[in-house]
Amino acid sequence: MSAQLSVRDLSITLQNGVRILRNVSLEVGAGRVHGLVGESGAGKSMIGKAILGTLPHAMNVTGGQICFGDVDLMAMAPKARRTWIGANAALIPQDPLTALNPSKRIGPQITRRLVDILGWAKTNAKARALDLLAEVQITDPARVMRSYPHELSGGMRQRILIASAFAAEPKLIIADEPTTALDVTVQKQILKLIAQMQAEHGTALLFVTHDLGVVSKVCDTMSVLYAGKVLENAQMRRFFTHPIHPYSRALLAATPTYSNPTGSLAQVPQKVIDGVEQDIRHHDIRNHI
Amino acid sequence: MRDARADIRRPLGARLWLSGGWLTLLVLGALLAPLLAPHDPLAQDLFAGRLPPFWQDGAQRGYPLGTDSLGRDVLSRMLYGARLALVVALVAGTLTCLIGATLGLIAGYYRGWADIIISRIVDIWMAFPPVLFAILLIAVLGTGLTSIIIAIVVIDWTRFARVVRAEAMTQSAMDYVASAQVSGRGHFSTMLTEILPNVLPTILALLTLEMGIAVIVEAILSFVNLSISTDSPTWGGMIAEGRTSVHQAWWVLVFPLIALFLTVLSFSQLGEGLKDRFDPVLR
Ligand SMILES: Nc1ncnc2c1ncn2[C@@H]1O[C@H](COP(=O)(O)OP(=O)(O)OP(=O)(O)O)[C@@H](O)[C@H]1O
Ligand SMILES: [Mg+2]
Repeated sequence: MSAQLSVRDLSITLQNGVRILRNVSLEVGAGRVHGLVGESGAGKSMIGKAILGTLPHAMNVTGGQICFGDVDLMAMAPKARRTWIGANAALIPQDPLTALNPSKRIGPQITRRLVDILGWAKTNAKARALDLLAEVQITDPARVMRSYPHELSGGMRQRILIASAFAAEPKLIIADEPTTALDVTVQKQILKLIAQMQAEHGTALLFVTHDLGVVSKVCDTMSVLYAGKVLENAQMRRFFTHPIHPYSRALLAATPTYSNPTGSLAQVPQKVIDGVEQDIRHHDIRNHI
Repeated sequence: MRDARADIRRPLGARLWLSGGWLTLLVLGALLAPLLAPHDPLAQDLFAGRLPPFWQDGAQRGYPLGTDSLGRDVLSRMLYGARLALVVALVAGTLTCLIGATLGLIAGYYRGWADIIISRIVDIWMAFPPVLFAILLIAVLGTGLTSIIIAIVVIDWTRFARVVRAEAMTQSAMDYVASAQVSGRGHFSTMLTEILPNVLPTILALLTLEMGIAVIVEAILSFVNLSISTDSPTWGGMIAEGRTSVHQAWWVLVFPLIALFLTVLSFSQLGEGLKDRFDPVLR
C-alpha cells in the first residue's frame, strides 16, 4: 500500500517540557480512511495540527518526520509548507462554530480558498462553490452563500466546512471529530456525507474520533492513541477481531454493540490503564500493520 | 435545510439614537459656533456680569444661559468650548486608537518576541499614575492643544494595546484562522483580513470610549490650568471659574458640567451601541 501520509516518531513538547505526543507513528494510505481513536486529551487534534503546521504557539515539534507522499514536510520552509499543505490537505474541524470567520459571508470563505490555492478567477470559484454546496445537500446554495455563519445551524455549518474541505480537491483530509458538536440524527447524516464524499473524490482521510462504532463503519486502518502515544496500529477488521494491546481489548469491551448492549456500562479497568502508563514509561512500541 | 435566523433584524436602539443625537447636536454646534453664538466668547461686559439664565428673574435677552462674573456669555463660550473638546476627542482618540490597536494586534497575532516586548512596555507604562503622568508631560511639553493631544496618546495607548491583544489572541486560536493560514495566505494578510474584522467592534467601542476620556482629560487639565491658553474658552476652564462663584452664579458651573457629562456618556453609549450592532454574532 502506498502511503499518502506517513508520520514517523513524531514528538511534540510544550515549552514547559510537558510531552504532548511521544514518538507517534501512523500511515494513511492513498484514497484510504485511517481512524485515529483515543480519549479526550490524548493528543488526537495535535497530530492533525502538526500535519497541517498549525500547532499552538506554546508547542514545538521536537522530533520525527511527517512525509506527504514523497515530500518531507519537516524539511520545508514554513511559508512554502503552508502553501503546499493548503493545496494538498484540508481540515474538517471539531467545532463548526469557530471554523468559519464570523464576520464574513459563507460565499467568500469558500471561494477565497479556491482563489488562494488554485489561483482561480472569482466567477469560476463562485460557480464551483455553488456546485459543492449542492453536493453536500444544501438546498438553497445561493442563499447560504450570502449568509453569515451565525445565521446557520451547526449541521449546515458542518456541511459547508465539508464542502470547503473538498473544494480544492486535496489528496488528504483530516476530519477532527467532525460530528462531536452535533446532535445524534445530524451526526449520522454528516458521517454518511463524509464517507460518500471521500469515496467519490478518492481522498485519503484521517478520521479522528472517540467512537469505535464509527471507526468500524468507515475506516480501513486505525491507530489507538493514549496519552500522546500510539498503542496499536492495525487493519480495521483485524483490530476488531484480534486486538493486540490490552488497552485496545478493554476499549472494545467497553464499546456497546447490539449483541451486547450492556457493554456501555463496562469501563477500561484500572489495571489496564496502569499497564499502559508503565508501557509508556518504557517506550514500548507495538506496530502491527 | 432552511434556517430562520437570517431573517432577524434589530432596530437601532434608543441608546444609539440618544447618544448619536446629542453628539450630532454637539458637532453642529461646534461647526456653526460663529453663526450660532450670540456673542463673542471672549468679550467681557462688566455691566452684564452674572446674569442668570433665561427663565430666572433678572435675565437679559441675548444671554440665554446667563453670563459669568466677567460678563461673558455662557452659551457662546460653551459652543466654542465644544470645538476644542471635539478636536481633542477626535484627534487624540484616533491617534491613541491607531497606535494602541496596531501594537495590540501585532502582539496578539504574532506572539513570540513582538508580544514579549510590547507586553512588557505596556506593563511598565501602566505602573505610572496617569494623571500625574499627564501633568508631568504637559509641564515638559508646555501647554497648548498639541501637548494635550500628545499627552493623551502617550498615556492611553496601553488601554487599546491590552484589550486588542487579548481579543486578537482569542481569535487567533480559532480554527478559521488556521484554515486561512493553510490556504497559503501570509501572516500579515491573515491578520488584516481574518483577525482585524472580528476585533473591529471592540476597537470601535474602545475608540468612542477613548474620545469620552479625552474630553475628560482635557477638562481636567483645563481645570488645573494646564490646558490651552486661559483665553480660549474650554469646558474645563469654565468649570474651574464657575466653581469659585457657585453660590452667586451656579449656571457658570452647571451648564458646562452638564455638557461634559452628556458628551462623555454619549461617547461611551455610542460605543456600546455600535459594538452590539456591528458584532456579527450579536447582530
Ligand atoms: N494551546 C494549548 N496549550 C497547551 N496545551 C494544550 C493546548 N491545546 C491542547 N493542549 C493539551 O494537549 C493535549 C492534547 O490535546 P488535544 O486537543 O490534541 O486532545 P484531543 O485528543 O484532541 O482531545 P479531544 O477529544 O477532547 O478533542 C491535552 O492534554 C491538552 O491539555
Ligand atoms: Mg480534539
